[in-house]
Amino acid sequence: MAGTLVIAELEGGKSRSTTFSAIAFAKQVGGSFAILAIGPGAANAAKDLAGFGAAKVIAVDDPAVKDYVVERFAPTVAKIVKDGGFDTVAVTASSFGKDLAPRLAAKLGAGYAPDINAVTVDGGKRLYRRPTYAGNALSWLEIATPIQIVSVRQTEFPAATASGGASPVETGAYAGPDAAASQVEFVKVEVGKSERPDLGEARVVVSGGRSLKEQFKQVLEPLADALGAAVGASRAACDAGYAAPELQVGQTGRTVAPQLYVAVGISGAIQHIAGMKGSKVIVAINKDPDAPIFQISDYGLVQDLFVAVPELVKELKAQS
Amino acid sequence: MKILVAVKRVADPDNLNKIKLSAQGKVDTTGLEPKASPYDDYALETALRLTENGTNTKARLGEVVVVTFGPKEAEQMLRAMLGTGADRAIRIDATDDVLDGDLVARGLKGIVDKEKPDLVLLGYQQAESESNEVGQMLAEYLGWPQATFAGRITTTDDKVLLVERETDGATAHVKVTLPAVVTVIDKIVKPKSVQSKHTPTTHNYADGVRFAALMAIMAAKKKPLAEQKLADLAPDATLKVRYANAELPPKRAAGVKVKDVKELVTKLKTEAKVV
Repeated sequence: MAGTLVIAELEGGKSRSTTFSAIAFAKQVGGSFAILAIGPGAANAAKDLAGFGAAKVIAVDDPAVKDYVVERFAPTVAKIVKDGGFDTVAVTASSFGKDLAPRLAAKLGAGYAPDINAVTVDGGKRLYRRPTYAGNALSWLEIATPIQIVSVRQTEFPAATASGGASPVETGAYAGPDAAASQVEFVKVEVGKSERPDLGEARVVVSGGRSLKEQFKQVLEPLADALGAAVGASRAACDAGYAAPELQVGQTGRTVAPQLYVAVGISGAIQHIAGMKGSKVIVAINKDPDAPIFQISDYGLVQDLFVAVPELVKELKAQS
Repeated sequence: MKILVAVKRVADPDNLNKIKLSAQGKVDTTGLEPKASPYDDYALETALRLTENGTNTKARLGEVVVVTFGPKEAEQMLRAMLGTGADRAIRIDATDDVLDGDLVARGLKGIVDKEKPDLVLLGYQQAESESNEVGQMLAEYLGWPQATFAGRITTTDDKVLLVERETDGATAHVKVTLPAVVTVIDKIVKPKSVQSKHTPTTHNYADGVRFAALMAIMAAKKKPLAEQKLADLAPDATLKVRYANAELPPKRAAGVKVKDVKELVTKLKTEAKVV
């Protein structure tokens, strides 16, 4: 069957929310679609994924794919694409999808559209749109191969919701590793521990810049608590060691598009703006009235952040 | 260790907000100074750190070859990289309009087949197209392992790399036996991010990339810079993706300045309705 194969991104035996954006893409381009869950807990994740209207859900759980190593994942994904006759493969535009998709594309002789934020279908011709030049351009491209692979940005494809029904769940076979897998040994994964919502999924993000110095946590966390927000940081704050590297928002860090983004002491370098300008409402607090961040902010407050942020926490509580 | 570093010349990454659209709807970067894509500079720095004792960087303990796809003008970037410490450079004569990431990967495979490096290093993505694909495609075409988003690399011998991959909210540690393809992120140029077997563990590099000394720039003029034809490396020039027109994203208008915290909270509640 022709149609789209969505590759679910699993974590702890569940689908990450990025998966639901890839499903939203599949629903938007139309035609039938299937979902592949591969990795530990795939069978359970597949049960959850059966309510999204897919023609089927394929679960591959094998000791060989216990830990993510592309040289062990890609051959199985490629075989399922070929055997199923899929003409489109949708992965998540996350570290997982971006690591896997290009290798898969080369394996299948397929063209790849990375990081897409829109798709149009016109007379069978599909055009994909993606941000380029640090978000300063939106480029349209066309894939010329029989199989098309895309990675879908979570920020622009709102998560599909379960529509009921029960797609049949099949068990897929592990197809063996790439020869190169013998050269890779998975050692361990360290997950940044946080009680807060994930940056990519939070409704509110509070981000801090280098000027917070050692008081990064002390100043920002009460504000994040008051807003139920995830904490982000500028590259400068991460580079200086004031914030953990996984908090970085920007071109080299995470791309976020929350309902509310509060930039605290962030000047607004191009590479930072590239990662957050899709936010619905942007608030900037900075004592420099000429900081570029104010040019893209809905609400700007020119004030010393060490005064403004504690006051803001107090005021949020007072007005709640 | 012999390392091939694939690099790309791009429009000044710090001023990409100044790009325009041409009448044909293509991105126009006229007026922006061409530079090496920053992650490629980081890849070169990584290669240099892996092939030296950090306390005596003049003595090279391996070979670093830089390769680019580009017009004649791109040789200026390659010369600068030779000044920084690369031993040789290769320019594959091709302009962006005849390339896609897949063809670049196939062309690089042609170079790897000839040069037989132990390691290919690339920036995880280049600053214009930001496709983040060439390293992974090259690894597949070579049948080599890949380690993307490398933020830290340590070596205890010249055969195995311990790579810390920075993924969304996590760090994955993998041990990769060479030959392999590794793509790097900005964190790789921190003082302790590359720990090669040649360098004492106590050594701290300066934060960021190194700059060429004037003498080295003069000496670099004598270093070999070869030109190759794309057709000799990848006979099939068929592109798998074609870029059509581009558009500029809607500009975010600057909003209002509020006078104090109280007004800010009121506006967020009653106007924006987000808290």
